Amino acid sequence: MNAARESIVTADGLTKRFAEVAAVDGLSFSVNHGEIFGLVGPDGAGKTTTMRMLAGVLRPDGGGIVIDGVDVVADPESGKPHLSYMPQRFGLYEELTVDENIRFYADLFEVAQDVREERASRLLAASGMSQFRGRRAGQLSGGMKQKLGLTCALVHTPQILLLDEPTTGVDPVSRREFWGILYGLREEGVTILITTAYLDEAERCNRLALLHNGHLLYCDTPAALKQRMSGAVVAITSSAGRAAHAAIADLAGVSNVILVGSGVHAVVDDAASRIPALRDALQRGNVVFDDIAVTAPSIEDVFVALLEDERRPR
Amino acid sequence: MRVRRIKAMVVKEVLQVWRDPRSLIIALLLPFTQMFLFGYGINLDLKHLPICTFDREGSQFSQDLLKRFQASLYFAIAENVKTYPQLAAAIDRGDCQAGIVIPPDFSERLNDTGSTSVQAILDGTDDNTANIALGYAATVVTGYSNDVRISALARQGRALQQVLPLAVQSRVWFNEDLESRNFIVPGLVAVILALVGAQLTALTISREWERGTMELLVSTPVTSTEVMVGKLIPYLVLGWLDAAFCLIVAALWFDVPFRGTFATLFLTTTLFLIVVLGIGYLFSVLIHSQIGASQIALVATLLPAMLLSGYVFPIDQMPAFIQKVTYLIYARYYVTIIKAIFLKGAGIADLLAPILFLAIYALAVVALAARAFRKRLA
Repeated sequence: MNAARESIVTADGLTKRFAEVAAVDGLSFSVNHGEIFGLVGPDGAGKTTTMRMLAGVLRPDGGGIVIDGVDVVADPESGKPHLSYMPQRFGLYEELTVDENIRFYADLFEVAQDVREERASRLLAASGMSQFRGRRAGQLSGGMKQKLGLTCALVHTPQILLLDEPTTGVDPVSRREFWGILYGLREEGVTILITTAYLDEAERCNRLALLHNGHLLYCDTPAALKQRMSGAVVAITSSAGRAAHAAIADLAGVSNVILVGSGVHAVVDDAASRIPALRDALQRGNVVFDDIAVTAPSIEDVFVALLEDERRPR
Repeated sequence: MRVRRIKAMVVKEVLQVWRDPRSLIIALLLPFTQMFLFGYGINLDLKHLPICTFDREGSQFSQDLLKRFQASLYFAIAENVKTYPQLAAAIDRGDCQAGIVIPPDFSERLNDTGSTSVQAILDGTDDNTANIALGYAATVVTGYSNDVRISALARQGRALQQVLPLAVQSRVWFNEDLESRNFIVPGLVAVILALVGAQLTALTISREWERGTMELLVSTPVTSTEVMVGKLIPYLVLGWLDAAFCLIVAALWFDVPFRGTFATLFLTTTLFLIVVLGIGYLFSVLIHSQIGASQIALVATLLPAMLLSGYVFPIDQMPAFIQKVTYLIYARYYVTIIKAIFLKGAGIADLLAPILFLAIYALAVVALAARAFRKRLA
């Protein structure tokens, strides 16, 4: 086994309760050195709570966390110099300028001045922020705030980066730049844990953990998760998506139908035999459609299907 | 503790306060208004008390006596009435705090029997004022009485001392003019510093919670002691500025005599500031909202400092149980110290006991505040 496959973050039976509700319930996973590991799941699945426990800002009620061989539940402070955490809510000081914020975090992590200057210049240049160094953080746009947050998080060369929904509310161009920086970090050997609500971003991760109600449903590479989905996805191109959805939702062999921009995606057990039935149902319902064909499942199809399986009584 | 991290906290806090001037307004405007409001507003001296006179005789003797009231610094004759109902109405309206009634047989009895009486009617609503007014009236009347006797004795060729063997020779120390302002203003400095100091730090941690910056801060390696020290230093400097401002106003504007040394003043003021800043910080740690922390700090610092510190209300006049409670009020020690420094010129050696209490308090508050701040959410 080479070094790149060694696990650097391990959660074992992690549990956190708020009042009587278990936000995280016996969650176990392990993150390999140098990978981008995505935590995905619906709202309330426990993604943020998990991130906070990994960052050492929330104490778990049960279970263990080992970061780089150190038990951080026993000693939360021991993990902190090795990791950087970017909370979901913007956590920088709005009254301080971009440079002042960077300097503050560099000082807290005791980064040498020349190292700080070199890293800050490079990171700000990479995210197109160089001309805003004197601007107050409160006056930055949403995307620039997130890039500043990332710059502050990276100024001390962490081994592990914890990002809680870093691209929520960020425009597509900034998101692309943001991911560009993350890929660069991965090449430098930084391990990245990220939660995201955007499933196209989930596809960019090395491995994904799908959370539901505080526990782990599946943990695998995006490709393997797609394999795990039984059946196939049939794309129906139609401008009457809702009518199409209604016409085919209850057909035999159709496990799930979701609305997409171009029409609907239907998850079926066997594409070859079900496509004629779908076509008939649409015609019976007088639904106009342009095309009906098997398509490669997107990660969104997979998650909706996997979550649907989970919710359906067996 | 790393100096670099403390320095980073200090710089950040200073920039934040400088650019979000609400704290600065508290630090600078509050002492200014309080100093003048209370410095002028609270005055226990009774001067020019409005009285009305009811001279039922109208003789030269009666007019002589009433002139003495007029001439006295303590009284001002607001009205001369002709009947008892008029007198009652004047007191009811609040135009007069007291009425002096001279009986119709005033000079007749004085000449016949050598003794007579004057009636003083007092508005007892404010018992303290009434008491003091009564004392002053008695002084005026006694003075007149003595003069009458002296002139009578003079006619017999004798001096007063032969009749009155004992006389008090009084000499007032420390506050020679018996100005209540000299007693109130130094204590006022203590009250203002208690109020402002706790308000400043009450906002500092709760602001991190409200703005959402706490989550990131606690994920860094900074220790809770570093956070506390880094957050107290800027406000200690602001506190020094406030103290300097209040003390200068006390000495130069209100003319309170300053007889102590700056070293004693600086040492004791710093100890007191550490206590109040630490208490504000403690509330800030315990209560996550800025408004909540500032309200509680207000009630917890201002009321005890006003009522139980001996700033205006003398501690030895309080019930025994309340007197014991005052030992817990840190402002008590500083009020004692600052009054002694200003008026008596007391040095560190004279003030060892209150300084020691204050130092113990400062240590305890700081230790408690450092422990109270836990580097985690919820």
